[in-house]
Amino acid sequence: MYQYNARDHQLVRERVQQFRGQTERYLAGKLSDEQFLPLRLQNGLYVQRLAPMLRIAIPYGLLSSRQLRKLADITRRYDKGYAHFTTRQNLQLNWPQLECVPDILAELAEVEMHAVQTSGNCIRNVTSDQFAGVATDEVEDPRPWCELLRQWSTLHPEFAFLPRKFKIAVNGSQADRAAFLFHDVGVELVRNSAGETRCNIYAGGGLGRTPVIAELVRRELEPQHLLTYLDALLRVYNSHGNRANKYKARIKILVKAWGVERFATAVEDEWQFAKGGENTLTSASIEAMKAHFTLPDYRQPNADAEQQLQQQAASELAFARWLERNSHSHKQPGYRAVTLSLKPTGVAPGDVTDRQLEAIAQLADDYSFGEVRATHNQNVVLADVRIEQLYALWQAAKAAGFATPTVGTLTDMICCPGGDFCSLANAKSIPVAESLQRRFDDIDYLYDLGDLELNISGCMNACGHHHVGQIGILGVDKKGEEWYQIQIGGSAGKDAALAKVLGPAFSRDQVADTVANLLSVYTDNRIDGESFLETYRRIGLDPFKERVYAQAS
Amino acid sequence: MPKLVEQQQLCDNRWQVLDDQQPIPPSHYLLPLARWLAAREIAADGAPFGVIIDGDQPLEELAPTLAELPLIAIHFAKFADGRGFSTARLLRGRYGYRGELRACGDIFRDQLFFLQRCGFDSFELPDEADQSWLQSLHDFTVSYQAAAR
Ligand code: SF4
Repeated sequence: MYQYNARDHQLVRERVQQFRGQTERYLAGKLSDEQFLPLRLQNGLYVQRLAPMLRIAIPYGLLSSRQLRKLADITRRYDKGYAHFTTRQNLQLNWPQLECVPDILAELAEVEMHAVQTSGNCIRNVTSDQFAGVATDEVEDPRPWCELLRQWSTLHPEFAFLPRKFKIAVNGSQADRAAFLFHDVGVELVRNSAGETRCNIYAGGGLGRTPVIAELVRRELEPQHLLTYLDALLRVYNSHGNRANKYKARIKILVKAWGVERFATAVEDEWQFAKGGENTLTSASIEAMKAHFTLPDYRQPNADAEQQLQQQAASELAFARWLERNSHSHKQPGYRAVTLSLKPTGVAPGDVTDRQLEAIAQLADDYSFGEVRATHNQNVVLADVRIEQLYALWQAAKAAGFATPTVGTLTDMICCPGGDFCSLANAKSIPVAESLQRRFDDIDYLYDLGDLELNISGCMNACGHHHVGQIGILGVDKKGEEWYQIQIGGSAGKDAALAKVLGPAFSRDQVADTVANLLSVYTDNRIDGESFLETYRRIGLDPFKERVYAQAS
Repeated sequence: MPKLVEQQQLCDNRWQVLDDQQPIPPSHYLLPLARWLAAREIAADGAPFGVIIDGDQPLEELAPTLAELPLIAIHFAKFADGRGFSTARLLRGRYGYRGELRACGDIFRDQLFFLQRCGFDSFELPDEADQSWLQSLHDFTVSYQAAAR
């Protein structure tokens, strides 16, 4: 993974110094609330319902065991001993003291971490595929490109006061595991007909109260121009994005209002003057960045390794289940990637304690070259596990509570912090997740349902990505009471689709029954191993609607 | 008295912003764009002057006159409105403007570093600004991306 050089260290240290000064001036009354707001947000600090919240960047999800141990230590000393993995590969602390934040940031800087631009109207943490570098369907490793983008966007002087937040995702695989079509800019790494790397640039995607699928603005951009092109694109947005109405300020609204052609032409026009400028990447700078993401020291598997694994699976059903759901194919023969599930029943999805962070660090050291990845569905991945060690890892993960064998199933849901923590919430989301996990605890049934994404957001800001869940649940406020709107048919992949609302909202008690009804429509109607999404696409919304509301009335 | 930072030094701001009618003083005045476009012979007497524009002003009309202008002031209506940052980059980059570029209006200390990086070289500051504000021009000694400076 990327190692800081002297410049990186210097920059984060100076950033901490700067924020320390700003915090002191704020506490001394020399900086107004209004002025301090963008400064603290761009250092990750929110003020939430109960206390400040600090969002720490995990650039494109990569973490070392050393960083995990530092995070554990920070949650223990500055917080209540737990943290929360977000849906954008970041980590949140829920109870830091404002006065302590500069100290926390200084400690993070020691382990090459920061909270720069994790909030505010600026370019946010770049996200990517949790299987970057190991996926069997990978076209190009997105990590070097993510790091180039991280550096370019960090303290970009022109784009610290954009109309609204700006999120970039990079995907380099055939499947899309980065939801790049739902970002302000999605960079898709592809190969042209000559086999050279190119970037397809999509813009104007996003969730929130106006969900939109991004549109292609530039096909097969030569990668050395990636940064100058994005400079031009952001400049067009910064100059023309709506600043009068916060709800119309995202780039998706500008792209929609202008139409993608006009937008693309404006960017192209602007780019003619930026193209070839100093932010142009050289092949040397690209190669130097790629050298940070070389292959780890892979070993040849033992001759009988695969056979042994099959025997272990055959003799222990629980292991076989875990292997099937929680491990993933790998580019390198003899290796698999493993998802550590952070979704045991009764724990808020994505929440981890200090001890668990340390346990993850230990598993990373013992089984996966000391590195992990945070995923956008709020789990943690060990990317490089020898198949000889899978059984031992399973046992260790089980002991630490990370082996719930439900990855990719209904109960591996995405869920935002909701009304328990977030001041914007209309309704609680964590208790809904828990009620669903309790209701659907029959593992055979879950496996029979197969891959099924269920996403929950506590309000229309959609941090829980409910629009792109095959089943999406949205907390709504009805005359001061918490209700839940249910929608189905969304997808965050390359077959991107927005879910459609079934109809009137449900009370919290009705949610689990309603989901059960939706699932029964699917199991009654599916043919030949169809997924929930495929069945829905074939039979449409009506059969689901009919059953759900017939039962409810 | 309002302050001005010029060449990284804090001084009193003696510049006057004119409206469309006010008589033109001997020097140190800022003209609205329309007035400048209508009376460019002003530049001939060589006295220090400039043009003031809003951060969201399109630059097409101004562009052909840039070589005659010793100073452009970009006015920030609200500090959170970042359009002026891009306007500065456009002037310095796309339009190759070499004269003085001044940030004025609602700006505050913690923006000075980024403003400077976008090509501003003077800053109009509120009355309470003191020497300590100048430190913010040096918040960082390193940066990742190329910018105007
Ligand atoms: S979706 Fe709404 S409730 Fe949930 S975290 Fe986001 S803003 Fe808060």
